[in-house]
This record gives sequence, C-alpha cells and structure tokens, in this order.
Amino acid sequence: MTTGPEDLGIGERAPALELPDTEGRTHSLADAEGAPATVVVWTCNHCPYALAWHDRIVEAACDYASREVRFLAINSNDPDRYPADSYEAMRDRVAREEWPFPYLHDESQAAARAWGAKVTPHVYVLDAERRLRYQGAPDPDYQEPAHNASWLRDAIDAVLAGKDLARPQTDPVGCSVKWKP
Amino acid sequence: MREAPRIEFLWWRGCPSWERALAELREEMRALGLDPGSVEVREVATGDDAEREEFVGSPTIRIDGRDVQPTGEPAGVTCRVYRLRDGRVSPLPDRGDVRDALAERLAAPGGAR
Repeated sequence: MTTGPEDLGIGERAPALELPDTEGRTHSLADAEGAPATVVVWTCNHCPYALAWHDRIVEAACDYASREVRFLAINSNDPDRYPADSYEAMRDRVAREEWPFPYLHDESQAAARAWGAKVTPHVYVLDAERRLRYQGAPDPDYQEPAHNASWLRDAIDAVLAGKDLARPQTDPVGCSVKWKP
Repeated sequence: MREAPRIEFLWWRGCPSWERALAELREEMRALGLDPGSVEVREVATGDDAEREEFVGSPTIRIDGRDVQPTGEPAGVTCRVYRLRDGRVSPLPDRGDVRDALAERLAAPGGAR
C-alpha cells in the first residue's frame, strides 16, 4: 500500500482544496468565506463503515444548515481497485440519494495526502479561519445510530460557541483510504 | 455420533470490525452450547488468498461451508457490507442471522452440540 500523508495538527490551517463535485462544479475551502464552521468528511461508496455513518452525517448537515455550517464530502479512493468508488459511481449514488452537501472527487489523491486522511469516514471540523478544531470519527460506534454523530456535533457546537473542545481528536474508524499503486 | 458443525471465520486486517464480529460469533456459539474455541479463524491477506478462499469481504462466516448471509459479490480483499434486519448497513452481520444460521444447522439432520 502506498501511503505517507502527514497528519494535520489541531490548530493548523487546513490545506487548500479545489475539487469537482458530481456535477462537475469545482468547490474550494475559499468558497466558504464567512462560514462559521466547515466540516470535511472523507468517505466513499464501498465501505460499510462510511455507509453506516452516512445518514448520521447527513442529518447533522441538515440540522446545522440554518447556522451556515458548510459540509463537504470527498472520495479519494483508487477506482481501479474499487470500481464502486469511481466518479461515475459517485454520480449515480448522488442521483439516487438526497445529499445535502457536495460529493467531491479527489482523483489525484493529493487532497487526501495533504490532509492526512486515513480511513472512510474521517471527519474534520474547521473553524471560520479554516483551522482544524476536530478530527476523527463521527461518534463512538458505527453500529449504534443513537450516538447521532455526537462527536461531530460536539465539535461543531464548540466551534460555533468559540469554546475549546474537550476531545479534539479521536481515532477514525473505517476502511483505509485506497491509495493508488 | 452426530458431528459439530464446521465454523469458519475469515478476516482481513483492513477492516477493524473483525474482532467484534468474532467475539459476537463466539458468544452466539456459546449460547447454543457449541465450543467457541472450535472456530477456524483464518486471515486473508492478499488477492490470491481471497480467490483461493472465495472470500468476498471481511468478515466472512461460514457454517459447514455456507455463508451466514450469502452474497453474489466477487472475491477480493475488501470490507464486507452487511444488511441488518432493520435495513441498516453494517460492517458486521446481524447477530440474529448468525444465531439463526447456527441454530438451523444444529436442528438439521446430523447437527449436534
């Protein structure tokens, strides 16, 4: 497996992003000028952990939309080894489901390397200055919907309130990012 | 003499749920009076291993060669997508499916504890 991304540290400014969504529109972090918080989630189509947590993340995005918290989902997986994660499969999925945030394609895997994304899902919460305030799992257990993305929500709430996080990092749990050879 | 079923547990290191799945399998076996230590646990590490084992994802549980939740997915080293009885997607099989598959085997002619 080819790896080597550096971890993004808490308090560090997030690396720039400029990636296409499933409609071909380009999104960047700079688009979120004025957003009080930005959530970036590495995810994919094939991974059961990403799928198990997906609805909870979608619900969080809907719940925080009125507070102008921006969500971005990114898939960086190698589609040659995992065809379910191809750009075409991403488009098909978004066409079938209702996504309240853009699903971005990191074809070169440069974004995943720059951010140190390890697994799907891997959640990052940024403040208004795009500094990292939380990274890790959405909540303590992929198997238990009642957790309701509590770690992610706690992080967003702290950022919105201008408070420090009691738990700024957790171990992300899921399928490894599928690096290209 | 009736024989205990052959229970296989195949896993891939890339999916962190395998230990939880194995623990749940052993709990269900114990509850049905089966020896939880009798599970054949095998790691699948490569694509060649997956082809040879007809491994369609981690974790895979077979009882006398039959998958507890049969799927038509191709062999490969990947994390397996299970569908729980309430419709949710999960990296783990539904415990009810595991329990029923074990009980069904025990109830079948030749099944034993």
